Amino acid sequence: MSALDLSPPLPQRRGAPMARDFVLLGAILAVGAIGYVLFPNNLALFTRIIALMLLVLSLDLVTGFCGIATLGQATLFGAGAYAAGIAASRYGITEPLAMLGIGAAGGALAGAISSAVILRGHGLAQLVLSIAIVQLAHEAANKASAITGGSDGLSGIAPAALFGLFPFDLWGRTAFFLGLGVLVAVVFVLRQLVRSPFGMLCRGIKEDPVRIRAMGASVYPTLLKMYVVSGAVAGLGGGLSAVSTRVVGLDSLSFGLSAEALVMLVLGGTGNLVGALLGTLVVVWFEDLVSAINPFHWLTLEGVLLVAVVLFAPRGLTGIAGQLRRRLGGRRSS
Amino acid sequence: MIPVFEVRDLQKHFGGLVVTRHVSLAMAPGDRIALIGPNGAGKTTFVNLVTGQLRPDGGQVRLNGEDITRLSPTARVRRGLVRTFQVTRLFLDMTPEEHVALAILQRDGRSGRMLGSYLGMAEVTAEAAGILATLGLSPVAGEKVREIAYGQQRLLEMALALALRPKVLLLDEPAAGVPHSDTRLIEDALAQLPADLAVLMIEHDMDFVFRFARRVVVLAAGEPIFDGTPAEVARDPRVRAAYLGSYGDASGIP
Repeated sequence: MSALDLSPPLPQRRGAPMARDFVLLGAILAVGAIGYVLFPNNLALFTRIIALMLLVLSLDLVTGFCGIATLGQATLFGAGAYAAGIAASRYGITEPLAMLGIGAAGGALAGAISSAVILRGHGLAQLVLSIAIVQLAHEAANKASAITGGSDGLSGIAPAALFGLFPFDLWGRTAFFLGLGVLVAVVFVLRQLVRSPFGMLCRGIKEDPVRIRAMGASVYPTLLKMYVVSGAVAGLGGGLSAVSTRVVGLDSLSFGLSAEALVMLVLGGTGNLVGALLGTLVVVWFEDLVSAINPFHWLTLEGVLLVAVVLFAPRGLTGIAGQLRRRLGGRRSS
Repeated sequence: MIPVFEVRDLQKHFGGLVVTRHVSLAMAPGDRIALIGPNGAGKTTFVNLVTGQLRPDGGQVRLNGEDITRLSPTARVRRGLVRTFQVTRLFLDMTPEEHVALAILQRDGRSGRMLGSYLGMAEVTAEAAGILATLGLSPVAGEKVREIAYGQQRLLEMALALALRPKVLLLDEPAAGVPHSDTRLIEDALAQLPADLAVLMIEHDMDFVFRFARRVVVLAAGEPIFDGTPAEVARDPRVRAAYLGSYGDASGIP
């Protein structure tokens, strides 16, 4: 238009995101390594944390990136856990990677089905629909005890050695390393996904679906796709849980677990994937720590922690980190 | 010659209230038409009927000779009928560059791609930079939209529409809410719209309309009461009466 436009070029950002991905993956591996070295007796807890991280990541995909209100995300986690568990105990598919694959497929299928219901509503109605879904799934698993083991849980899951070389030992080393590998791979893929054109479209839908439609893009199919991806991630978590604990209980398909996942996500911070990881780690670790110190009041303390975070850092732990970074950056430039 | 955009005998009523009656309009490529009218004349309803937010009770909307009356809003956009919003609808946490890139990707059918950032697609970043430069938005291309001035947000609305390469552009009060000192920016942007694009502007501000439009259609009580050049509209007694009825004086008309 005028000479004005020749002014400042775009800030150089190219290449930087990929580098940040590798920093993040390195950090995950480093935390895993520290945990492995310092707490070799807690590997089962770490593997559980990793499985829950996958659940919370999957929740971040639909809630943090697409703005879908859901308290039924454990449906997808439980579907993955039961799919992997049933494949192993009833059909003899005990190859651990195959079990994870079946878990992911089960979660993806559950995502496609449940989203067909959840996406019909908006806001509060959506939230209620998601609760209804997880309660229905829970009850279905309870009633179909011939297949799922009902309230006794599904047992008889005996995963074969990983790659035929590493049996799932008493210490849970194999399960821990399998989980860590899966987590790193998933985080890497999801980081690419959220900054892809599809990821931008989802963020746009979260902010203003009317605008997205005015650009000629369809909202519903996009959200459905994201739900399937989210289901696969949660299903992986469920599959990992089945492989590592060798049982699948009704609690993996519960409203309680769904709500807990949301607490972890809000505490960590939504819409950036890192918050999902951080929130899960802090909540489960805090739970473990406090319940050991005071078995009677740990839930109270967890409640206090959550209230404190929501009141003083409504954007979660990653929100605090972002604020600090901005403040430091501001000082440097001034 | 087939008009690029045509409305034939469009009708709409809500219950017993007729809000659009027998509205017809044809546009050729390059047309600059302003649709004006007092409050409650049915301008917003007209926009919603044309873009597909509302279903008409009668009549047709045609784009390039094709009847699009029954098509969904998104299908109309994909065929080249694009609108801007009276109150900006933008993604506050995204940058103008991201907005325009997303629109380009959507236009090319690539918005569903799940891997690879648009930053790696040189032709997308180059086109986005070009569009932003035409509208004078280059200096803020990398800022979050919530941090840029409202006038710039209005320009970004237009950038988004242009990135979709429309055949017909509906501008819904493009200068609404912009401080008077900045309306000049919007006018400059309008002057630079592609010459073969058919533009229909809905607008309140008369000065603005007279500088932009080569043809003015006046709507009153859901009906077109005047269709002619800006010079004629000011002299038309029916238009004066319509505005008098609504505002009590005709000061809005020069």
